[in-house]
Amino acid sequence: MMNTSKPPAFWSVRRLLGATAIGLLLSSSQAMAADPIKFGVIAEAQAIAGASIPQAAQLAADEINAKGGVDGRQIQIITYDNHSSSADSVRAFQRAVNEDKVNAVIASYISEVVLALMPWAARLKTVMVTPGAASNEISLGVHKDYDKNKYTFHGYLTSASLALSVCDAAKELLVDGKHMKTAVIMSEDAAWTTPLDVGYEQCLPKIGLKVLDHIRFSPDTTDFTPIFNKIEGSKPDVIITGISHVGVQPTVQWKNQQVPIPMLGISSQATNETFGKDTNGAADGVLFQGVSGPGVAVTPKSIPFAEAFKKKYGNYPSYAGYTAYDEVYYLADAIKRAGSTNSDKMVDALEKTDWEGTIGRVQFYGKNDQFTHTIKYGKGLITGLMLQWQDGKQVAVWPKEVAKGQLKFPSFVKVTSN
Amino acid sequence: MLALQILIDGFAISALYALGATGFTLIFGVSGVLNLSHGAIMVLAAVAAWAAASVLHLDTYSGALVGIVAALICALITYFAVVQPIQKSRRIPNEEKEIFVLTGTLLWGIMIQELIAYFFTNNAKTVLPIVGGVVDILGVRTPTNEIFTALVCCLVIALLWLLVNRTRTGKAVLAASMNPRGVTLLGLELSNIYIVVWAIYGILAGIAGVLLGMFLGVSSYSVGPLTASAFSIVVLGGLGSVSGSLIAAFVVGYLETLTAYLVSPAYRTIPALLLLIIVMYIRPQGLLGRR
Repeated sequence: MMNTSKPPAFWSVRRLLGATAIGLLLSSSQAMAADPIKFGVIAEAQAIAGASIPQAAQLAADEINAKGGVDGRQIQIITYDNHSSSADSVRAFQRAVNEDKVNAVIASYISEVVLALMPWAARLKTVMVTPGAASNEISLGVHKDYDKNKYTFHGYLTSASLALSVCDAAKELLVDGKHMKTAVIMSEDAAWTTPLDVGYEQCLPKIGLKVLDHIRFSPDTTDFTPIFNKIEGSKPDVIITGISHVGVQPTVQWKNQQVPIPMLGISSQATNETFGKDTNGAADGVLFQGVSGPGVAVTPKSIPFAEAFKKKYGNYPSYAGYTAYDEVYYLADAIKRAGSTNSDKMVDALEKTDWEGTIGRVQFYGKNDQFTHTIKYGKGLITGLMLQWQDGKQVAVWPKEVAKGQLKFPSFVKVTSN
Repeated sequence: MLALQILIDGFAISALYALGATGFTLIFGVSGVLNLSHGAIMVLAAVAAWAAASVLHLDTYSGALVGIVAALICALITYFAVVQPIQKSRRIPNEEKEIFVLTGTLLWGIMIQELIAYFFTNNAKTVLPIVGGVVDILGVRTPTNEIFTALVCCLVIALLWLLVNRTRTGKAVLAASMNPRGVTLLGLELSNIYIVVWAIYGILAGIAGVLLGMFLGVSSYSVGPLTASAFSIVVLGGLGSVSGSLIAAFVVGYLETLTAYLVSPAYRTIPALLLLIIVMYIRPQGLLGRR
């Protein structure tokens, strides 16, 4: 009945064995020649500021791989969405190191998450760099217990440096430029704003802005009407912000309620280009600190990166996109210099980093500095920028060398000029 | 000045709470379902309205309409895919069905929440207000949109009252809430009444969601707090009592606003929750509950 002819069984078994043997030989020889270097990226894929982290890391890896990788080894990015949760991040970290065998981890823009991961970087002796957390406690922790915590690197400015950056910009733009004299600090209650607020309270009076009030609010706040009313009651010239978990709601309500006071400071969500759409354009006039921005040539690498990112993902990156991109490059550079992916050797090499990235010249503070393993702040290194949302676009307004425009506020904002 | 400010802000937020809670209590009153996906449906409406305007570039009115339709469809899916199968199931004992519906709608809400976060991020979205600008009410600068929100809420609640008390469909709904068996004996199909109620609920939740998106903005994180606030308002007012929910919404709205202005915005929700506990002790059936 059946007319189909089968190949002899022994022949197919032999062919299978042969193929397997060749396959095994091939894969083992490839493994010896070019085992990929694996970076785990643990980030808030669902948050405006965090979403750029895995995207930028992948972009950097693709570029390095296209040029032949690191000594012939390709870079592989393995991403983990932490849902903005410390517990999810710890699990992701364990999995990344124990199961996926990553050589280093790039993690999060939330300070609480990074602080929760630090002990795990120490226990599992795995290099971890954060592209966006700001709390001083991260690098203070490295300084206090260097031998244990040396695997943690802080690839973004500390809250103390951020406060300095904001004050430096406020001095030139508002005090010298608009003759402002008073301010109210408005910040969310989180780990990163505790040192930020201390920094603000120290540096604002020094630049000539008297602090009239200081409002800390819960990151769960949805109705900002009472907060803006209280601020207006103190009649300040400017609101100095420290917000990251919130952003869209205070900005939209600031506009809808036509609060006549300008806002300047840290507003992490405003650093992502998607913020314009999320706020339906209410962001116009908001001044926010950044490490780089679209069209701003902080270094020759800044604009090509921002444009490549936009081409690939459809929007310009958040601040943590710039830092994450640089981190993949200087981690690869450190592995190349160390000639190894051994964590201790990588730490030694990373400490000697001198890398021109998209945000400036990256060098780390040393073991004896207060903020061990944080990127250095200062002229010629990284100073940060002040940008402003103008007509739906992010425009750099400070420092002068990279500024692309003048301050411009919506009509409801009253800027004091005497 | 401050008193007037509290009066105005409190009214807007209370009216919004009232609208949100009305649909929630209506469903419980008629079909005995506590819909824990309530917050998710409201957030879905706001995010759909935002996406229609920002991504598809529709105008504000069409965007708002898209949001309301999205909530209506989602409410009907909730009924047909989650609630009805549990209620009709022969494998679930009758006395356990309420718990199954609670769990089912809760999980359904979480699914909607995660989908919103996946596609539209968990950052807050705001719907462009239908009316912009501010008006000065005796020295208090009030966004016109806030007044618009309060007016629409009151109008919709009034329309609902007319629908329930002055139309044949409404009277059937009312009758079903009083005595479901009696309604079936009169020859009315109970399941049709349930569909009508879920449709009304979807529209109410949709309007409330879009207005909330315009007034304060929502994110996928708002799902839990919105369900919780509707739940506590309804429990405070008396489960199933629409007028009780309205009163409770204003009590909670003003208590929160007073706390935010006079104590601190950080403690906004605490006094209302304390009040809920006290009422549970003294009057477990709620302010206007039947028992």
